[in-house]
Amino acid sequence: MHEFLVHTDGLTVGYRGVPLIRDITLQVRRGEILTLIGPNGAGKSTILKSIIRQLMPLGGTVYLDGRDMSGMHERAIAQRLSVLMTDRSRPELMTCGEVAAAGRYPYTGRLGILSAADRAKVHEAMALVHAEALYDRSFDEISDGQRQRVLLARAICQEPEVIVLDEPTSFLDIRYKAELLTILKRLVREKQIALILSLHEIDLAQKISDRIVCIRSHAVDRCGTPEEIFSGGYLERLYGMTAGSFDEHYGGIELAAVPGPPRVFVIGGGGSGIPVYRRLQRQGIPFAAGILHENDLDCPAARALAAQVITEQAWQPVRPQTIAQAKAVIDHCAQVLCCVPAFGPLNDCNRLLAEYAGSRLTAVTDST
Amino acid sequence: MEQPSRRRTAAAFAALALVLMLLLICSLNVGSISLSAGEVLRGLLHRSGEHAAILWELRLPRSLAGILLGGALSVAGFLLQTFFNNPIASPFILGISSGARLAVSLLMVGLLCRGFLIGSAGMIAAAFAGAMAAMGIVLLLSQKVRQMGLLIVCGVMIGDICSAITDFVVTFADDANIVNLHNWSRGSFSGISWDNVRVLAPVVLTALALAFLLSKPIGAYQLGEGYAQSVGVPIRRFRLALILLSGLLSACVAAFAGPVSFVGIAVPHLVKGLFGTAKPLVIIPGCFLGGGAFCLLCDLLARTLFAPTELGISSVTAVLGAPVVIWIMVRRRLRTDERGS
Repeated sequence: MHEFLVHTDGLTVGYRGVPLIRDITLQVRRGEILTLIGPNGAGKSTILKSIIRQLMPLGGTVYLDGRDMSGMHERAIAQRLSVLMTDRSRPELMTCGEVAAAGRYPYTGRLGILSAADRAKVHEAMALVHAEALYDRSFDEISDGQRQRVLLARAICQEPEVIVLDEPTSFLDIRYKAELLTILKRLVREKQIALILSLHEIDLAQKISDRIVCIRSHAVDRCGTPEEIFSGGYLERLYGMTAGSFDEHYGGIELAAVPGPPRVFVIGGGGSGIPVYRRLQRQGIPFAAGILHENDLDCPAARALAAQVITEQAWQPVRPQTIAQAKAVIDHCAQVLCCVPAFGPLNDCNRLLAEYAGSRLTAVTDST
Repeated sequence: MEQPSRRRTAAAFAALALVLMLLLICSLNVGSISLSAGEVLRGLLHRSGEHAAILWELRLPRSLAGILLGGALSVAGFLLQTFFNNPIASPFILGISSGARLAVSLLMVGLLCRGFLIGSAGMIAAAFAGAMAAMGIVLLLSQKVRQMGLLIVCGVMIGDICSAITDFVVTFADDANIVNLHNWSRGSFSGISWDNVRVLAPVVLTALALAFLLSKPIGAYQLGEGYAQSVGVPIRRFRLALILLSGLLSACVAAFAGPVSFVGIAVPHLVKGLFGTAKPLVIIPGCFLGGGAFCLLCDLLARTLFAPTELGISSVTAVLGAPVVIWIMVRRRLRTDERGS
C-alpha cells in the first residue's frame, strides 16, 4: 500500500495538445479530502478530468496507489476510482435504483446482470445517501439535490477507494449542500476512502477539506491546510478580488465599504451593529463604527463595511484617547445610531458617546 | 420492483412473438392468390399442393427477409440513437442508408453494363462501404457541429444528395434489369430470393448477436460518455464497434430492400414504451422482434392495399412511422419545457 492513494508527478494538462497547467503535484491519502479551488476557468475541471483519464495528460504521471494509471486496465481503475462529474445526462426510462446500480458495472459479468449481492450493495449505497425512498422513482422526475445524491450512490456502490467530484454542490440549495457534504465527510471517515473534489464555494472548502490546492492563472499557486490557505488575506489575492472582501473566519463575502468622510456614527457591539452596517452600506451612506473591542462580534463586519472603525485592544479597558478619537469623529457626523439596548459597566465608554451625541442620537431597536 | 417489471418484460416478449407469428402467417396467406391456413401449412410442411412454389420461392423468403431486415433496421436505429444520444437518429435520417444504396446502385449498374450480375455478398460489401462513407462524413461533421439538431439536418442533406445521385444512376442505366432496379430503388422486399436470404441471415444474425453482447456497455453509455468511461468501458473500441455494427445492419437493409424510412426511429421508441425501460438487454431483442413485425405489417399493407399494384415499402413505413417521430419530438419538447418552468 502506497502512502498516497493518488498522487501526480509533474502532471501537465490541457486540451488538444495545448498545455493549460504545467507541473502539477497533488497528493491525497486514505481518509483525506483534497479540494481544488480557484477562479473560474483556472483549470480545476481540466485537472480532475486528466486525473480520471477523460482527458489524456499532456505530460507527467498520475499514480493510483503507487501504480502508473496509464498502464492500468480500464476495469481495474474503475474498481478503485469512481467519479461524480458535472455532465448532466438525462437517461430516459430509468429509475433511480437503476441509475445507482450502474455503479456495479466493473463487477458484473458479460451481460451486466446484477446478482443479489450487487443489489444489496446498491441498496446500501442508496441508504448511505438517504435516497432509499427514491429507489423506484423515475430519475427524470426528481429534484437536482436528489439527483446528485443518486449519482453519489452510484459512485459509492462502485466500491471505490477514491472518488473524484467536480463541483458536486453547485446548483444545490443550502440544505442539499450541507447534506451532501455531511454524507461525503461521513463516507471518508467510515470507509477511509479519499476524495478529490473541486468546489465553487470556498467557505465550504474551508469547512470540509483536509488539504486545499489553489489554482490561479494556470498554475498551482498554493497548497496547504485550510488554516494555511485561509489566512493573511490570501483568498482575496487568489481570486483577484477588486471589490469587497472575504472574511476568513466566517467564510463570508462582504461588499466594499462606501468611501468618503463618515456621515453617521454607529455605536454597536456584540452583533447588534451588523444589520445597521449592512443597511447603511446598501443605502450608500459612509459611516464610522465604534467603539468596538477588536474581539467583538461586530468587528469583522465593521472593518469590511465602515469608512472608519474606532477600536480598542481586546480584553483591555477603553483608554481616554480612544474615547476622544471617537468624539472627534462624532463631531463630523450628522447622526449617531445607537444599536446597543443597554450599557453595562464595561461598556461605559459607549454610554458616554451616546450622551455626547445629544440630540443627534437615535436609538435603533431590532425592528427598525 | 424487480418482480413486476420482470413479468412485464416476459409479457411484452410473448406479445411481440405472437404478433410476429400472426403476421408471418398472414403474409404467407395473403397475396394475389389467397391461400387458406391449411394450404399454407400443407405447402410448408410437405412442399406439396399447387401453390407450394409460390410459398417456398416467393412468399417465405420475402417474409423472412422482411423480419430480418426490419429487425436489423430497428436495432441499427437503437445503436445510433445511443451513439449520438439522440432519439431521432437512425440510418435513414443520418443518410447512412442512402450512402449504402448509392454504393450498391453504382456497383450494380457498373457490373450490369459489363454483363455481370452482382452476388448477395458483393451487394452487402458495397452497401457496407457506402454506409461507412456516409457515416464517416456524419462523424466528421459531428466533430464540427456540436448541436444535435444541426447534425440531423446535415444527415438528411447527405441522404438527399446520395438519393439524388442514385436516382440519376438508376434512370440512366440501360438494361432489362432496370425494372428490378427500379423496384429496389423505391424500397421493397419483393424479389428477395433464397440465395439472398442465405447470405443475409448469417450476416444480420451475427451482427445482432454482437450487438446483444454489447448490451452492458451500451447501458453504461446511455448515462453519458464520461460516466461509461469512468466505470471502465473502453470508449474508443466501444464507439468503433457501435459504428461498425450499425453500419453493417443498415447496409444489409439498403442492399436488399433499398430505402426503408422511419422504422429505425419508430420501432425502438415503441418498443421502449412497451417494455417500460430502455435497458439494452431487453430492448435489443425487443427491437428485433418489433422491427420484424413492423416491417412484415408494412410489407403486407404495401402488397395488398392497392393490389395488384404494389406500393413502395417506404410509403407505408413513413405513414405509420412518421407520426411516432413527431410524437417523440413533441413529447421531448414538453419535457424540456416542464423542466424549464
